[in-house]
Amino acid sequence: MNKHASSDGFKPIRPGRGGKGKGRAFPKGRVLDVAAHDDIIALLAPHQPLQRDMLIEYLHLIQDKWGCLAAGHLHGLAEEMRLPQAEVFEVATFYHHFDVVKEGEEMPAEITIRVCDSLSCEMAGAQEIIKALGANKPDNVRVVHGPCMGLCDVAPAAAVGHNYVGNVSVEKLQIMARKAETKPQMPDYQPLDAYRAEGGYKQLEALRGGSKSPDDVIQTLLDAGLKGLGGAGFPSGQKWKFVRAGQGPRYLCINGDEGEPGTFKDRYYLHARPHQFLEGMLIAAWGVDASAAYIYLRDEYPAARQVLLDEIARLEAEGIAPKGFIHLRRGAGAYICGEESAMIESLEGKRGLPRHRPPYVAQVGLFDRPTLVHNIETVYWMPKILAEGPEWFASQGKGDAHKGPRSYSVSGRLKKPGVVLAPAGSTVNELIEMCGGMADGHRFKGYLPGGASGGILPASKGDIPLDFGGELAKLGCFVGSHAVVVLSDKDSMRDAAVNLLKFFEDESCGQCTPCRVGCEKAVKLMQDGPWDEALLTELTRTMADASICGLGQAAPNPIRTVMTHFKEDVS
Amino acid sequence: MSGKTIKFTLDGREVEARDGETIWQVAKREGTSIPHLCWRDEPGYRADGNCRACMVEIEGERVLAASCVRKPADGMVVNSQNERASTARKMVIELLMADQPAREDAHDQQSSFFKWADAMEVDVSRFPRDDSPKADVSHPAMAVNLDACIHCNLCVRACREVQVNDVIGMAFRGPHEKIVFDFDDPMGASTCVACGECVQACPTGALMPKSIVDEDGRGTRGAEREVDSVCPYCGVGCQITYNIRTDEKTGNEYIAYVEGKGGPANENRLCVKGRFGFDYVASPERLTKPLIRKPGLEKGINMDPLNPHTHFREATWEEALEFASKGLRDIRDAHGGNALAGFGSAKCSNEEAYIFQKLVRTGFGTNNVDHCTRLCHASSVAALMETIGSGAVTAPFTAVKDSDVIVVIGANPTENHPVAATYFKQAAKRGAELIIMDPRGTAMKRYASHMLQFKNGADVSLLNAMMNVIVEEKLYDQQYIQAHSEGFDKLKEHLKKFKPEDMEKLCGISAEEIRTVARKYATANAAIIFWGMGVSQHTHGTDNARCLISLALMCGQTGRAGTGLHPLRGQNNVQGASDAGLIPMVFPDYSKVGDPKNLEKFEKLWDAKLDPNPGLTVVEIMDAVHNDKIKGMYIMGENPAMSDPDANHARDALAKLEHLVVQDIFLTETAMFADVILPATAWAEKDGTVSNTNRQVQMGRKAINPPGEARDDWWITQEIARGMGLNWKYSGPADVFAEMKLAMPSLDNITWDRLITEDVVAYPCPAPDHPGMDIVFADRFPTATGLGKMVPAEVLPPDELPDAEYPYILSTGRQLEHWHTGSMTRRSYVLDAVNPEPVVQMNSRDILKLGIKPGDMVRIASRRGEIEIMVRQDNQVPAGAVFIPFAFVEAAANELTNPKLDPFGKIPEFKFCAVKVEPAAGGRMEAAE
Repeated sequence: MNKHASSDGFKPIRPGRGGKGKGRAFPKGRVLDVAAHDDIIALLAPHQPLQRDMLIEYLHLIQDKWGCLAAGHLHGLAEEMRLPQAEVFEVATFYHHFDVVKEGEEMPAEITIRVCDSLSCEMAGAQEIIKALGANKPDNVRVVHGPCMGLCDVAPAAAVGHNYVGNVSVEKLQIMARKAETKPQMPDYQPLDAYRAEGGYKQLEALRGGSKSPDDVIQTLLDAGLKGLGGAGFPSGQKWKFVRAGQGPRYLCINGDEGEPGTFKDRYYLHARPHQFLEGMLIAAWGVDASAAYIYLRDEYPAARQVLLDEIARLEAEGIAPKGFIHLRRGAGAYICGEESAMIESLEGKRGLPRHRPPYVAQVGLFDRPTLVHNIETVYWMPKILAEGPEWFASQGKGDAHKGPRSYSVSGRLKKPGVVLAPAGSTVNELIEMCGGMADGHRFKGYLPGGASGGILPASKGDIPLDFGGELAKLGCFVGSHAVVVLSDKDSMRDAAVNLLKFFEDESCGQCTPCRVGCEKAVKLMQDGPWDEALLTELTRTMADASICGLGQAAPNPIRTVMTHFKEDVS
Repeated sequence: MSGKTIKFTLDGREVEARDGETIWQVAKREGTSIPHLCWRDEPGYRADGNCRACMVEIEGERVLAASCVRKPADGMVVNSQNERASTARKMVIELLMADQPAREDAHDQQSSFFKWADAMEVDVSRFPRDDSPKADVSHPAMAVNLDACIHCNLCVRACREVQVNDVIGMAFRGPHEKIVFDFDDPMGASTCVACGECVQACPTGALMPKSIVDEDGRGTRGAEREVDSVCPYCGVGCQITYNIRTDEKTGNEYIAYVEGKGGPANENRLCVKGRFGFDYVASPERLTKPLIRKPGLEKGINMDPLNPHTHFREATWEEALEFASKGLRDIRDAHGGNALAGFGSAKCSNEEAYIFQKLVRTGFGTNNVDHCTRLCHASSVAALMETIGSGAVTAPFTAVKDSDVIVVIGANPTENHPVAATYFKQAAKRGAELIIMDPRGTAMKRYASHMLQFKNGADVSLLNAMMNVIVEEKLYDQQYIQAHSEGFDKLKEHLKKFKPEDMEKLCGISAEEIRTVARKYATANAAIIFWGMGVSQHTHGTDNARCLISLALMCGQTGRAGTGLHPLRGQNNVQGASDAGLIPMVFPDYSKVGDPKNLEKFEKLWDAKLDPNPGLTVVEIMDAVHNDKIKGMYIMGENPAMSDPDANHARDALAKLEHLVVQDIFLTETAMFADVILPATAWAEKDGTVSNTNRQVQMGRKAINPPGEARDDWWITQEIARGMGLNWKYSGPADVFAEMKLAMPSLDNITWDRLITEDVVAYPCPAPDHPGMDIVFADRFPTATGLGKMVPAEVLPPDELPDAEYPYILSTGRQLEHWHTGSMTRRSYVLDAVNPEPVVQMNSRDILKLGIKPGDMVRIASRRGEIEIMVRQDNQVPAGAVFIPFAFVEAAANELTNPKLDPFGKIPEFKFCAVKVEPAAGGRMEAAE
């Protein structure tokens, strides 16, 4: 050994006088937990090769298997997908149905009871149920609130695990939790044979056989007056034209993220006649020569999901749909993903942030390709329109100004709430009538013509046709997804507006300032005392003018319309 | 889109948009300033349109539009200044203001947020406040105060899209949205590499350099004086801006913080060293007075670097210079010039390198002058000179923007060339295939389409097998080969025996993978090769480089956009120092010393008799000291006691010298052996030019005054020269540069004045108004024939293979935070805090096998020395191998390394020697105090 060597007695003095720190025994950041990593490798083995756009599906696999997303598993997933940890984490924490559990944190309880506290359910006593359940619950149960579950006709609604039920009571939920009844209950739906027996899939076969060109069908849809029934009301035939103008490959995306509070028609059709929807979807895919069809179904509809899984498999087996052509994707608890570009982001496995327009998704959509996005009900009507003719469909409405039938989801203070198939342009007074009138002891005070976003109108405006545009638009309201919530003299319009704004605050993606901060500040301003109408007016104007997407633009509608029509409730 | 002009109306005026400009960009060009927070008007930043501070009205549209993302269309009528747009923008600011800290408590009182708020006259908010998140001060370099965060996600884009370090995310949702590091971990516990891009991008002060916020988180950006310069660390050559403030107590100016500047190699980006590693200049360990060794004390690494007075006494400059010169003079006069040698430094400027080598050649009378290029890329340069006639890169690393295939072999750019790595990662994200070949996994693996973790030292077998595939499958570029190369037929014959199936066992990469990668490289439209010291630091380093060159030549993958050969140069001025002639076998501009033409030219220029024989290289010089051939040395800014292989041997040599003059800013391990130490100025304290890995010559500027009596290196060298009898009268670096232009045709059209005004000019430079060439050798190579030569390489094993006694392979190198021998970085607070102790990186399987835990101490021994060091588990290192950075004197890796040299480049095999690893008794060693 050498006299200058550090090992030879003299310990060299390190330069710099910091010298207190300890070296790291591992590289920077958290240490990969080998066992957790192995869990993920095993879990994902059947899904190789992994795809970036499947991230949310993989997160579901983990959440379903272990009841949460443990940091170790997330790290393993990031490793396997070769993604930054932050990218996995930001997606996992965006969606409310994922429970991220970091090292040293407690696992969520085995059973989650999610109580809907959207307007119809809140009017039916959701808060009391949450309070009562929370006060007296076993250790293996947790109680959380959730947004609209599409069970407004049977409010109050709740979910025990994946079991979504209506007409719940505290006792009923406690029993379900005790018995761990967490699996969805399957609806009694029309099977493939029955659908075929009534002529199902004939229209699709004919089109595939060359009976009509896509341009013919576009004209048929335009003649029928079919409009986007997810809420935007854009003429469907026109959409096909735009998408077809772009170079392939093109995609079809079905927006099954029916989250607008008060809306449950899509669930209704999926639970009743799934094949009419599926045929309509395949017709639309044919219409734009789509390379694949994606169905984005909200996670609150597990029964409908099972129906679709089973029936898509059947279609593939029967050769009606090519194997792997239809991709059924599962939302994860994010209202914003009902916004079409946010849905596309989510389909790509990202946070559901709406995109800027232009470009429109018809030009640059899923995987940056031209994309046709249709609501479930929109395609549901397509086989029928082709079979019965556009005139038949158009004539279902109230005259030339209001073409076609509409599926109104009617809920609130009514004797018999439910999906009402009525002529486009029906009024709320007519719908109340069709629902058996107001519930006993309730006097009609006001209504939401179009879910949480469409504003609130007084009973005095009960004879306005509920359709896209028209008189409703002149009042600064809209019909959207045709979710009509009826309020009575027992309801405070301030409470209703606060409920809606809290919903928007919860569901804002957070991307843009007016919506993220605006909703949060609005809720604070609306809760107590008389409203500062001047400030709220300024705020609502900027939210409507400067938010990126419809959520933020429409979120102030309840504030604005309550100030206009129910001044006495807020001053 | 590009090229088409769009006419539209902006605020009542007809304007034009070009090249896909947004409304905001047109407005800016037209002189209208539209507020913006989430939009950063700098290269690499995508407009995101989320803050809504830049809303404008487009007539006919229902809602306002974000001008930063929206592109105008023909005939559009845009109002940026009307009531509707201004009101919305003001409301956005007021909403954000509601949750900001009070102005007097702000983390950045000069933030863009406050500037825009002032411009819009918003000073209070009428909205109720939300809860404020707590501060995160876990990181030594940066303060995270998310109470000021406006969720504009600029930091996310900075981290993920610009630097592609992928640490920051925007997690949660709505009002709960939060900037997170990894899984919402404290910044200091995350995978953050502290590039500080987020800090530079943050418009509110939510992310700030800790150096400019107080303990309560209050602070402000801004400086009394800004000085533009170049980073002193790696070969990337990032341009920087020093922000200078005055210390109220001492009245001295200091560097408060550093920001990236828009240089061609970095476009504002920096790494942790370049941003946070500047406080070494203010270290109490700086040398401030000339020192002369006290008599009778043993030479060795045996003193406290803070206190040289145990072994040295202070002297005046006059005395020290005379002492230094006389010692050298006496040896020269008694034993001849070849008894002297000089080590210059790649950390000094071009001008300093130039006069240093001129001093050795003309004042000492020997060509024994070398520097650390010998230890880095000497073999690469040897191969490049031999084959294509130029040792510099054929394309800058930014050329990857046009590449389809990028090969990175034997290099770990995220650690060693972090800003270059950002360009590679961006290219991979854009869709280019990134092929990494390295025995060690690297952080870039995540972005690679192919990761070939071949066996240590098996480069030639892998590369020859790839070329075998290209030849057998006729994937080569016949036209290019015919027009631009020679030696293909011979190589073709040679390659026959390197079938992938036969090489598979040698290199550990499957034949199938070799074929795939070979095909991808050969058939790419534009493929480029980068290599580092994993290629060069071998006894077969020149052969490795020859293979890479042949590969590029046979596929015609050089001389076009997106193609080329690029050895990633290590030090900030290793290119420039080499160009300037700090190499024993060549005069400036690689003019061979033996060539009579060159002798004549330089003897005339320098008015001196020159030695026609090449001098000795770094390791040879140390051997010559042992052999009593060399007796005196002048070392400027180099630290061979740490950087030379078999460091004990080198240290013995230093101790043995009769006279050693060391010129440095610190009492380095080498300076501890000196007879006289001359205190020099640090990079931030002087003017001078440096040349980066891209051949870009850049201007470094003096930012602050040096401490005590420290003097510029060029001045000290000149004084030594005068002491050696030379009549030098350079007035400063500009004067030296003017002479260099006479010596070096490569500097044609590059003048000091140009560099002062333009900051950077690349060479070769064809005209006085040309920025310099980025891609070179499109038509011909600078060889006698104009052709590039393919030289066959045989498979040779590394010099010292593992055996039963020494079963592990030791590889050495650098780490992100520590530069070279650590003399600067270990004296930087942040760099030391992030990486304070020496570690050996080992695979978990070996850790298990040894029965130890990560964090335990082990003893590592080779045939040359042994060290004790802490174990870091890092599975990027393959089992059977260990990796030790060589920056730490407490466990100096080079006490173990093998000094065996590559026969052509004379570079030692730092990347391969045999060691044994044993648990050390006593567990974890306390850091020496």
